[in-house]
Amino acid sequence: MRQLTYLQAISEGIAHEMERDPDVLVLGEDVGGEFGGAFKVTKGLAARFGDQRVLNTPLAEQSFIGMANGMAIMGLRPIIEVQFADFISTGFDSIVQSAATIHYRFGAQVPWVIRAPSDGGIRSGPFHSQNPEAWFVHTPGLKVVAPSNPANAKGLLCSAVRDPNPVVYFEAKPLYRSLRGPVPEGEHLTPIGEAEVVREGHHLTIVAYGAQVTQALSAAVTLGAEGIEAEVVDLRTLKPLDFDTVADSVTRTSRLLVVHSANRMVGVGAEVAARVAEECFDWLDAPVTRLGGLDTPVPFSPPLEDAYRPDAPKIVAAARRLVAY
Amino acid sequence: MTTPQNPLGTELHKALFSKPESDVPALTNRFRVDLYRWMCLTRTLDDTMVTMWKQGRGLGGTFSGRGHEAISVAMAMALEPDDVIAPMHRDVGSYLVRGMTPARVFGNLLGRETGPSGGRDANLHGMGDLSLGIVGYVSHIPQQLPLSLGVAMSFKYRGEPRVALTVCGDGGTTTGPYHESLNMAALYQAPLVLIVENNKYAYSTPLHQQMATFAIAERAAGYGLNAVSEDGNDVEAMYLCVKAAVERAREGGGASVIEARTMRMLGHAIHDGAEYVPKELLEKWEARDPLVLYRRRLLQEGRAKPAQLEEIEAWAQAEIEQAVAEAEAAPFPDPGTVTDRVYA
Repeated sequence: MRQLTYLQAISEGIAHEMERDPDVLVLGEDVGGEFGGAFKVTKGLAARFGDQRVLNTPLAEQSFIGMANGMAIMGLRPIIEVQFADFISTGFDSIVQSAATIHYRFGAQVPWVIRAPSDGGIRSGPFHSQNPEAWFVHTPGLKVVAPSNPANAKGLLCSAVRDPNPVVYFEAKPLYRSLRGPVPEGEHLTPIGEAEVVREGHHLTIVAYGAQVTQALSAAVTLGAEGIEAEVVDLRTLKPLDFDTVADSVTRTSRLLVVHSANRMVGVGAEVAARVAEECFDWLDAPVTRLGGLDTPVPFSPPLEDAYRPDAPKIVAAARRLVAY
Repeated sequence: MTTPQNPLGTELHKALFSKPESDVPALTNRFRVDLYRWMCLTRTLDDTMVTMWKQGRGLGGTFSGRGHEAISVAMAMALEPDDVIAPMHRDVGSYLVRGMTPARVFGNLLGRETGPSGGRDANLHGMGDLSLGIVGYVSHIPQQLPLSLGVAMSFKYRGEPRVALTVCGDGGTTTGPYHESLNMAALYQAPLVLIVENNKYAYSTPLHQQMATFAIAERAAGYGLNAVSEDGNDVEAMYLCVKAAVERAREGGGASVIEARTMRMLGHAIHDGAEYVPKELLEKWEARDPLVLYRRRLLQEGRAKPAQLEEIEAWAQAEIEQAVAEAEAAPFPDPGTVTDRVYA
């Protein structure tokens, strides 16, 4: 199969959906014209689909996301780019108060997708490195996805566009050009709400998502050389959480390590750990362990950011401790 | 505190909204009586609601729109059936004109399954019904403004001759998204009409503590929008003004902002005695009650006979009594459905 970068896969998914459905449009800051976005994800789309379907907006996250709410209740399917996930806070009311509650309150559907380039490790400091997914996982009415490789980046994008609910799509910008992989041509959907076991093993389960899946798989190779076989579960969707796949794995391995780049405090890992404690207690042979960012802003300087952020060596160390327990 | 003056607003009105005398649509007597009928139904609903809540027959809090009847009726009457409106919590008249029955409104107020939100949203919030072209209200004012801009943009996207209309108060005009959205509405030439119900108070905060100048229409004009200030207690003036803005938007003439000058006659919500509002100010506006003004005018101009208006008033009373009885008899939602509708 042909190989694409993570970024190319997202672009291809967007173009595929725009080709398929005239109600699909892109909007956001700098997405249009020849420029095609800060990361060039939408480059070439304006020439292909016209300015109306690749709409440049002023700096006004709350209002352009609010505008997308109105487009969506009338049946359009906007794909909104917030230039960096860090800036999504500026549009918080439009997402959390309005979009997330509309169907519950009066039955109208809000079928938009917000693309939020997230995660760090690329020396970008406190305002261009964040992983704010927990805010949205905490919000009833939203769906949240976090693709980990080029194939599911395309597949989840296409599924998110077709979903009748608001979906926040956290793309991992450290993977944009660093990760290549096979991506099916044409129609390719990754179901929302299904995790995937990406490596089988029987000594422990590592649950991860987004850019940390690559780190977990790399750690699993190191651990394998030491005779520790880690099973790696890629959540892919954070809300609704596919707990069955996690529980199935944990009941076989009896040890759980949850990893994400976002800070640990009340993060997605806390929810996974709590549910495993509630529902898989009898199967556990060791305390559930979490690895995540520190409870600090994301620091800029390399030694500080490296201290902040989980990576493959930290996963290896945590896994060794867990297996030795 | 005095009524804010908008001298420039008058000029803008002349420049942007006045048509040659011959182009002003002639209102038939029948239409005028209809305006009164809807205002009367709206006021009767409001009065009944306030009484019920004071009697302890209500649920939670609620919001009176007393004094806003001319605005809420006029703006809905100025729309076509395919247009979409996103009213606020003081705009019950808009819901009624668009076809939401008083029984459904009371169903929502009383948390019943029969309300448009099915017991999910409180009082006059969340009363959306897209089959009637109504978007449910959300408390985070003016969230409905960017949303309505999006509704308008969907019409533009599909080349449909439809218009979106929404509302915020004077309080809404001091927020960030208000200015973001007005800028975008002008930039995109969206078929959008915004009514700013300037009722002098954002909860307890008077206008002069909210903004240094009261030039709401002028500020909107500064974004490149059509903008005007109008008497919100004169239902015919409001109707003609909104109608002009709606048709301008429909014909591709872009978005408009209409400041509707009025007064919030009761507290922010039912619990609020509004002791902070000067008595003289309320007395001044009480003398300009939109229903009293219009009733007098209809009779003075010979548009209706007293018996006709009395019949309407009796009809409204009977309609609302029937609606309350229906809503009070309606079932509460089944607790087993509490998670229904979180997702489509």
